[in-house]
Amino acid sequence: MILKGKDLIGLEDLTREEILGILDTAEQFRAIFDRPVRKVPIMRGRTVVNLFFEPSTRTRISFELAENRLSADIVNFSAQTSSLKKGETLRDTAENIEAMKVDMIIMRHSSPGAAQYLADVLDCSVINAGDGAHEHPTQGLLDIMSMRQRLGDLAGRKVTIIGDIAHSRVARSNIYGLNRLGAEVTVCGPSTMVPGAVARLGAKVEFDLQKAVADADVLNVLRIQLERQSRKVFPSNREYHRMYGITEEVMRRTKPGCFVMHPGPMNRNVEISSEVADGPRQVILDQVTNGVAVRMAVIYLLGGGDPGKLGGAAA
Amino acid sequence: MGFVQKTVIMNSSEVTRALTRIAHEIIEANKGTDGLVLLGIQRRGVPLAKLIAEAIRKVEGVDVPLGALDITFYRDDLSTIGPAPQVSSSEIGTDVTAKNVVLVDDVLYTGRTVRAALNEIMDWGRPSAVRLAVLIDRGHRELPIRPDFVGKNVPTSHREIIKVRVEEFDDVQEVVVGEVTAE
Repeated sequence: MILKGKDLIGLEDLTREEILGILDTAEQFRAIFDRPVRKVPIMRGRTVVNLFFEPSTRTRISFELAENRLSADIVNFSAQTSSLKKGETLRDTAENIEAMKVDMIIMRHSSPGAAQYLADVLDCSVINAGDGAHEHPTQGLLDIMSMRQRLGDLAGRKVTIIGDIAHSRVARSNIYGLNRLGAEVTVCGPSTMVPGAVARLGAKVEFDLQKAVADADVLNVLRIQLERQSRKVFPSNREYHRMYGITEEVMRRTKPGCFVMHPGPMNRNVEISSEVADGPRQVILDQVTNGVAVRMAVIYLLGGGDPGKLGGAAA
Repeated sequence: MGFVQKTVIMNSSEVTRALTRIAHEIIEANKGTDGLVLLGIQRRGVPLAKLIAEAIRKVEGVDVPLGALDITFYRDDLSTIGPAPQVSSSEIGTDVTAKNVVLVDDVLYTGRTVRAALNEIMDWGRPSAVRLAVLIDRGHRELPIRPDFVGKNVPTSHREIIKVRVEEFDDVQEVVVGEVTAE
């Protein structure tokens, strides 16, 4: 059995073997994208609910595509149109959905810990699609998958994450997952965006961008999340770009072969210049493709688990 | 659950002879090698398909296209097998549309693997015909599926297990019958 738990809440909870198992399975799903029929029947008759309490385009589409390509039945739920507006609690909403006999819930929520809470109160599998600033495990997995495709074994490889570390669940999932695989993670950003406690997660802190990129194998550039900041943590977009933006100038100081990733959506010419974003050293759209494969792998591996929990009848 | 080996029912040269005969029968049924595609079912069908392809080359001097099929995503028992199975890859490497596909597997038992393989092939294209070659037919079909080319028919009980060993994975080529033990 590749995954031990019934849920995927964060990469903090996974072992090295579990992460590698997901990635190997994802590579097999990725091969399906090149077939004439990009769909397999393995999850036929299973119902997956996409419960999105926060706006999301790419993650939701990516999960939906993954579910479609596994032949699962899908229900979409977004907070804007739900009875949460009528004052229903998260637990009541989720229990009502589970009572309709669903097999899996994919949830995005603004509160850290919301996914764990849901997993604890429900019997069905829960996949965290981002909970506040806590974790975004499938994003971490697709980032690691994209790195592994280019670098092979990640042990000893140097990954630099640049940007708003404090608000970033992507950074946390990257740090946990990469540490499991033995990579060395450095985080870099303005001091207002890089909490000192991040060192406790197992990342090196470097405020000087030039030093942070010098011997990196990969730069993972985070989005500046203007919507998540309650107060301004840097003077202006232009100043951020000048200090921490990844430009051709910065790329010239990296090792040959160093490539650039971005979880999207990009703020062009803030955290990444357009030349780099459209240049030969970025793998951004490849990350998006890997995202669907990695989500198929996680849904398949959790869905193939304990039949008692899934309650699905044998075909 | 343990496995206790009872007898060797085919040794290395018997397996080779059976595969050579199957190769001849395939060529005869296909009237040559035109449009022929061999697809081995992962895992042990793949090396067997290779051996059949080699035998065909010896007779006809032609390399027939060879592919591998992993049917994991097409199984019908996801909720009963428990652990999500390890997935290997399907590598067809050729368009199967309008081809004469021969599926190759080691043991034909319930027929469910072949059912899954047929569904998968249809997702790759529309072959003009699909035929089935197996080294061992042990009976107990649960679906209306029959083999076109058989190495050896072996009547078995449900308690018995047939193991096909191939050089590529097991360093030995043979077929053995054994039984599951309680412990």
